[in-house]
Amino acid sequence: MKLKGKAWKFGDDVNTDEIIPARYLNTSDPAELAKHTMEDADPDFMKKISTGDIIVAGKNFGCGSSREHAPIAIKAAKLSCVIADSFARIFYRNSINIGLPIVESREAARETGEGDVIEVDLEKGEILNVTKGKTYRAKPFPPFMQDLIAKGGLMNKVKSELRK
Amino acid sequence: MGMTITEKILAAHCGRDRVEPGDLIEAAVDLVLGNDITAPIAIKEFEELGIDRVFDLEKIALIPDHFTPNKDIKSAEQVKMLRDFSKKYGIVHFYDVGRVGVEHALLPELGLVRPGMLIIGADSHTCTYGALGAFSTGVGSTDMAAAMATGRTWFKVPESMKFVFSGKLAPYVSGKDLILHTIGDIGVDGALYRAMEFTGTAIADLSVEGRLTMANMAIEAGGKNGIFMADGKAEEYVKSRSDCAYTVHASDAGARYAEVREYDAFGIEPLVAYPHLPENTKPARESGVKIDQVVIGSCTNGRIEDLRVAAGVLRGRKVHRDVRLIVIPATQAIYAQAMKEGLFEVFLEAEGIVSAPTCGPCLGGHMGILAEGEKCVATTNRNFVGRMGHPKSEVYLANPAVAAASAVLGRIAHPDELR
Repeated sequence: MKLKGKAWKFGDDVNTDEIIPARYLNTSDPAELAKHTMEDADPDFMKKISTGDIIVAGKNFGCGSSREHAPIAIKAAKLSCVIADSFARIFYRNSINIGLPIVESREAARETGEGDVIEVDLEKGEILNVTKGKTYRAKPFPPFMQDLIAKGGLMNKVKSELRK
Repeated sequence: MGMTITEKILAAHCGRDRVEPGDLIEAAVDLVLGNDITAPIAIKEFEELGIDRVFDLEKIALIPDHFTPNKDIKSAEQVKMLRDFSKKYGIVHFYDVGRVGVEHALLPELGLVRPGMLIIGADSHTCTYGALGAFSTGVGSTDMAAAMATGRTWFKVPESMKFVFSGKLAPYVSGKDLILHTIGDIGVDGALYRAMEFTGTAIADLSVEGRLTMANMAIEAGGKNGIFMADGKAEEYVKSRSDCAYTVHASDAGARYAEVREYDAFGIEPLVAYPHLPENTKPARESGVKIDQVVIGSCTNGRIEDLRVAAGVLRGRKVHRDVRLIVIPATQAIYAQAMKEGLFEVFLEAEGIVSAPTCGPCLGGHMGILAEGEKCVATTNRNFVGRMGHPKSEVYLANPAVAAASAVLGRIAHPDELR
């Protein structure tokens, strides 16, 4: 699967309160959550983005709460992918479980500028900065997680196991 | 090669003699937790599986504590999902208003957490239970749904980091300061994906409650879990609440650690974590920041010991006229105990208020939201942007003694100033 979009840059330690503030967590409706994606990091974010755009951030993206509402909001906001220097553990796990593409690459995270056009090839694990004409290798997923992604997330895996 | 406590518990739950850091394992879970924010998503996902039972009626805890007592219609609908699901499937550990408390204070109090257990919870502060020698970690709603169905979950065995606190604690220094010191030292991702093991003479001296506070904030350093060996104090705490058998694990002498950090506890002062990250620690003594509100409560510091410490500082004093003091006992039992001990009189005479148990303001839910530009000292665990209200409000994390002294003085201060 190839993903393509404009890059929106964020710093280090973007936490789940910034991604989706707790004041909106009295619902789990993805469309409702999507309206407030990244609101406390950038109040105008949802007005600026287009379908397929990509979040590019520094280290420890998604730290803080275990709220799955964070990757759900990003996915429902029709962002295609998050590229970061590193991800906080629970956010990483949640993203894999619900099928939000996330990619780790320190170089890509550092060298990408706001508005650069980025193409991500998930199978090859390649990030192409179209604007700068530079290619980066993403840190590969372990085989267990590749299997989870291929099966369409954790609940689909559980469904197929329960049927056995 | 020796193993750490964390490795031993994980090995015991996947039927192996040993595991190594980096191993991917599927482990049996002893308890699965969710709250009124995270469980609704898990319930929807569980119901889509089309199965008619959960893996174990006594190993699931559904704790509506975040927006309760229901703050609005949407929150009420979310809690109703937990209530209806519990009735439909016969979940034993569902607790409603009047019986509920902040989840990570409530489950240990009920005797549901014991040494050697493997616990996952759809709440990042599930790492709290490591204080009692259990492996426990936060996951998302989908992991919770899968575990409710199968009783199993996957883990990458984490590397362990060891934190040794030697010496004794200075007055007004608590578990909160030890963990803030640690986070200040290693940073908010200093233990990313790792187990944080706490040991040393100062830890042995610490109460179970102080250890719960420390393990609670392992996640604020990115840790997968925080863990303590269950000693006599921990066993006494557990035995007085549960008749169930348990296993105490100790790390082997030859256990491997990715890193060992040693701290002299006596050199640690009461600390404050400045906005907007828990790693921004400074001595309370040097602060002096003017404040608008103080919150004493939460899964970090809402236990009876915390309320006693706060009352000790507040006794015979008044809250500064520019400050609002909100005290939130974490559970119904803590509430009752505090009332019996006369602590409420102290808080009320100081012109603070006492709220029903709730997570409430800690996550900017309700019961004490901040306006633009307001500053709050909180005994909670996070001071992120907008955490307790307006994105331009500020949260300063501190221990209950510092919070109480700051409430009296109207600025962040060391409790010594009131002596």
